Formats: sequence, C-alpha cells, structure tokens
Amino acid sequence: MGKRVGMEVSIAAAEVVGLCDVDVIAAYPITPQTHIVEHLSELVAEGHLDAEFVPVESEHSAMSTCVGAAAAGARTFTSTSSQGYALMAEICYIASSLRLPIVMAVANRALSAPINIWNDHADMMMSRDTGWIQTVAENGQEVVDLLLHAYRVAEDPRVLLPVIVNLDGFTLSHMIEPIWLPDKEEVDRYLPPYKPKLRLDPRNPMTFGPVGMPEVYTEAKKAQDEAMNGALPVIIEAWGEFEKQFGRAYRPVETYKTDGAEILFLTMGSISETAMTAVDKMRAEGKKVGLVRLRLWRPFPAKELVDVLKRAKAVAVVDRAMAFSTRSGPLCVEVKAALYDHGVSPYVQNFIAGLGGRDVTVEDFEAMAAKTGDGLSKGLPMAYEIVNVRE
Amino acid sequence: MKKAKASPSHPLDALVRTERIPHIWCPGCGIGTAFSACLMALHTSGLDLDKTVMVSGIGCSGRAAGYTRLDSYHTTHGRAIPFATGMKLAKPELQVIVFSGDGDLFAIGGNHIIHAARRNIDLTVLCVNNLNYGMTGGQVAATTPTLAKTTTTPRGNPEQPFNLPLLVYAAGATYVARWTILHTRDLTQSVQEALHHKGFAFIEVLAPCPTGYGRRNKERPLDTLKLYQERTLIKNGANPAEAFLDFERGVVLGKFVEEQRPTCIEMYDRTCRLPDSAAG
Ligand SMILES: Cc1ncc(C[n+]2csc(CCOP(=O)(O)OP(=O)(O)O)c2C)c(N)n1
Ligand code: SF4
Ligand SMILES: [Mg+2]
Repeated sequence: MGKRVGMEVSIAAAEVVGLCDVDVIAAYPITPQTHIVEHLSELVAEGHLDAEFVPVESEHSAMSTCVGAAAAGARTFTSTSSQGYALMAEICYIASSLRLPIVMAVANRALSAPINIWNDHADMMMSRDTGWIQTVAENGQEVVDLLLHAYRVAEDPRVLLPVIVNLDGFTLSHMIEPIWLPDKEEVDRYLPPYKPKLRLDPRNPMTFGPVGMPEVYTEAKKAQDEAMNGALPVIIEAWGEFEKQFGRAYRPVETYKTDGAEILFLTMGSISETAMTAVDKMRAEGKKVGLVRLRLWRPFPAKELVDVLKRAKAVAVVDRAMAFSTRSGPLCVEVKAALYDHGVSPYVQNFIAGLGGRDVTVEDFEAMAAKTGDGLSKGLPMAYEIVNVRE
Repeated sequence: MKKAKASPSHPLDALVRTERIPHIWCPGCGIGTAFSACLMALHTSGLDLDKTVMVSGIGCSGRAAGYTRLDSYHTTHGRAIPFATGMKLAKPELQVIVFSGDGDLFAIGGNHIIHAARRNIDLTVLCVNNLNYGMTGGQVAATTPTLAKTTTTPRGNPEQPFNLPLLVYAAGATYVARWTILHTRDLTQSVQEALHHKGFAFIEVLAPCPTGYGRRNKERPLDTLKLYQERTLIKNGANPAEAFLDFERGVVLGKFVEEQRPTCIEMYDRTCRLPDSAAG
C-alpha cells in the first residue's frame, strides 16, 4: 500500500521517479528544479535506486546523455528549467525525432533577459514544437501521478515519444504538500517493465540519426505528426487505467463549475487553484463564471477543448508567457485557431498574467472576469491585455 | 535627495554599485575578497576605466558584473568568454575583464575558455574556484576534488578535477597565475599584471564556499583559510603540471606563466586583412 506523506513536491517527484526503475539519470542543476535531481542522487547513493546518476557539465549534455542511454535501451530521466531547457532544446528535437521515450520534469521558470528565476511558462512555450508529449500539473499529487503516467505513455509501443511533465517553479516545486505516494508494488502494477522497441543492439545493428535527404525528410516529419496525434487515445487510456487503480481521474481538458457558465476561464498549471477559489467566490455572488484547465498541452486536444468552450458566451484565456507581436499569448493563439477550425466563435479575451513570478490573485481573476463580461455585453472588440503592468 | 544618515564610505565605492549593496554573498564566502582585489587592481592600474568592461557568467561569483560601477555584462551561464570575445573584437580598445566561477568557466562554459586561450585573445579572466556550484546549492563541479561530498555526490566525487592552470596553459594562455583570497596583495598585484598583459591572461582564485562546499566537507571558513596558509607554497614559474589541486600534498601558488605571443587580433589583422596597398 502506498502512503500519505507531507513532502516537498520536488522530493516527491524524485521519489516516484525512483520507484519507476530508471536506469540512467543525467542532470545539471538549475533553480527551481535542483531539488528533484539532488534527491535522486541521494536515492542512488543510499542504495534505494539502482541507477547511474551522471552529474553532467550542462543541460545540453544531460539530454545528450539521456538520448544515448535511451538509444541503448535504458529508462532515463532528467529535469530542468528555463535557461537549462533553452540550452538542451537542440537535443530535445533529436529525442522526439528518434522516438526515444525519455521522461523529463520541467519546473517552469521565466526565460532571461532580464535574469529571473521565478515562475511563468516561457520555457513550456519554448518547448511547444519540439515533438514532446506535455502534461501540466496543478499540485503535488498531480506531479507524482503524471510522472508515473508519463513513463507508461512514453514507452507504449504505440507511442514511443518523450514526455515532459510541467510543474510550476517554486509555487509548486518548493511547496510542502500532502501527497499520496504509491509503493513499489503499485507502481510495478501500473508501469510494465520497459521493453525497448528501437535500440542499439550489436546483434541487430541499427543507425540512429543519419542524414535525411529531401526525399525522406518530409515523410519523417509527417510520421512524427501522426505519432503525436496517435498518442492522444493512448494518453487517455493510460489515465483511465490510472483511475481504475488509484482512483484519481485525469482528462486532457478538465473543468470546474462550468455548468451554466457564461464566462469560462482557461488556465494551465498551479494558477488554476487560485482560479478555482475565485470561481467559488464569484459563483457565491451569483456570477456565471466557470473554469477550464488544460491538462494536456501536447498533443493539443483541440476537439476536447472546443467541446467545452463552445458552451460559453465568452472565454478568458490566461497566458503565462509572451508571443511577441501576435496580440495573443501562445495558448490563446492555439485556442483561437481551434475555435476557428471547429466553426465556433465565442467572445475571446486574452490576459497575460504572472510573468516572471508576478503574483496572480483571486482579485485579479475577478477583475479579468469583470473585463470579459464588460467587453461581451458592450460588444467591444476582443482584447489582449498584459495585466497589472505598472506604467 | 538628502540621506537621513550618512553611510560610511569605502575607498572602492566609486567602483561599486552601492545601491545594490547589501550583496548576496554569505558570511565567510571568499568571493567578496576576490572581488575587492579585482576592483583595487583596477582602481590603481592607471587604466582608463571608461574603456573598461566587466563581464560575468551566472553564479555567486557571476554577481560581480552586476555590482561593478563600470560598463558591465551579466551574461548567461557559461557564456562570459564568448560575450567578452565579441566585445573585444568589435572594440579592441576596450579593456575586457571576465570575473566568473569555476562551474561557469570550466563546466558549462569549458569549451569557450580553451578556445579563447588558444587564440590568445586579449582578455583578463579571473576564475573564483570554490570547488563547486555555490549558487545552486553546492553540487559537484569539474573542479571538485575526488571523494569530496556535494549534494550530487553524497558518497563522494568519483571523478578527477581539472588542473585549471595546466588546462589553460596547454590551451595557449600566455599569462597564468593562481592565488587564494588569503593572498590578497599578491592577488591584487597579479590582477594588475594581467590587466597590462597583452594576450589571454588567466588567474585562478581559490575561495571558500562555506555554505555549499564547506558544510558538506566539514570545513568551516577559517579551516579553509588555514589550508590556504599552511598547505600552500608560492612558487613563481612553477610548471603548471605541478599545480594539481590537492591540499593533502600541498598546493602551489604563484605566477606560473608569462609569455609573449601575437594576440588573436594581431594575427587576424596580419592574416585576414588585405594590405593597404591591395585594398581597392
Ligand atoms: C543554462 C543554465 N544552467 C544552469 C543554471 C543554473 N546555475 C546558475 S549558477 C550555476 C553554477 C554556478 O557555479 P560557479 O560558476 O562555480 O559559481 P559559484 O556560484 O560557485 O560562484 C548553475 C548551475 C543556469 N543559470 N543556466
Ligand atoms: S553559496 Fe558559497 S559561493 Fe555562494 S555566496 Fe554562499 S558561500 Fe559564497
Ligand atoms: Mg563555483
């Protein structure tokens, strides 16, 4: 039986990775991710985890080491944030294109410049098109659950893609929360032993990563796109199995008090919990506001999202990163595209909030709801606003 | 604006962004001493400080650029040297100083330093070597002694550290020295020499990191300073191959190398530019 513990979320993340029989962990420290890999190095040092822990000299090497180890058939893990992600990005494309089921936790943090170690989603958005499956956690329990789910999905022979589990830096990574940690037997029941389908093997020599001439490159990219789309049902299926075994349910798109809502917020990550408090308050005041949370960022669950959003008169999309000059945050760009594709056109208002650790409060959500309601009722043009900017 | 209370002034105040003080460095940290030795050398160097730039990477040592009241560049982790290289090539009249940590210069940025030394580009590089990544909480670095404990080597470091003076010398550096923060005068003088040296000048500064390294290796700041006093030997001109850092056997300090070789820019001008007569 698993146990309920009070634990720093980063430590819990390391604990569950430790239960997953990883073979190789390659890591370079960066705030706010560092506690995750430090704790893994302790698990290895104390003999709780039989893995190679490689304290490499940069994130570029961390991901390269994971790629090498995964190509040799190992189960691998790394973790990073922000600038570290930026440095490893080159190899992240390689990992997904070589179909290596690496799992990585990203403790989301703003990108420089100016140098900022606090939370937003710039790194998550930077990794958007690297071909990795990406899930997003809102609290510590979800970090643990999603990491376990990540290995199962990544290694599924129908998927074979790397997975990022996003958790907000500090606001999540450094919190001490009550968490239900599974035990080894439960993990083993959920996660079958890794049987690599594609691996370097002297008896069956294979070349990884050779040149793809114009004659094959397009086909390779199309195959990757199809693999990503094909992953969606497997992701949902693995969450279904998870619910059966552990009793906690996950969906690509999750809702909170959406019944009868006229205005729907759309959020990602730990900010969603503040949004829920705000929705509770506004509902108590009789305002028809609800919340939609995107759990799965890649593959992008466009249809599932539209099915929920189409019921509202207005959508307030809260972005935590910039997409300079598009007059939309990166999340909102995709939401608008999905709505357009499905022929639905609610009033969409986009807010950029919580950049570089700027706090987003219940009052901020109330103000955003008021602005969206105002724009809707007055028929104002759909707007884009960076909230709480000091002029 | 009138200040309520006049704060005591410091002889180096003119070179420090006092509005950023208090600094982040821990009690017992060696970086501050290395930093003031560097500033003192600049202050007394006779150089035109309006043409002097301080470049740092990321780390506790890397905070130096942000604290210096000069044109300064706080770059990304590991990239101080290429930033500095670009600056020097664009404006060769600038005096460019790189002040950064061992992790920054030799782990994540290790590739850059060997190439800068190879080219003999005219930079002055100060590396604060505190044997670990201080800023992120004391993880193993490329300079951590074998068997030393860090947060990522809880049972001791299985690897061998770099000998920094030997590495940069082998790569082509033309001025190489090593001091500790206990040897402040020698260090200050060495920085002055390095500033006036033509070509790639490198100074390793040994400094305690009581919070990251000291705590886990049962070395309090004073213990580290004692090692610096009792287990070091000043040996100017020593072969950098003797400079392996091992306090059990003793550590050599001093100016190991001072040579002349055409600099990167001189070689470039000589080789890649058309002679005036040939130009259109
Ligand atoms: C690309 C990238 N990876 C990781 C980090 C996190 N990080 C900041 S400082 C540092 C190590 C600093 O060590 P060192 O250069 O020795 O400086 P010290 O703090 O010891 O003075 C690391 C790993 C970062 N800022 N950027
Ligand atoms: S962590 Fe170490 S290097 Fe950083 S300021 Fe503290 S003592 Fe100095
Ligand atoms: Mg250091």
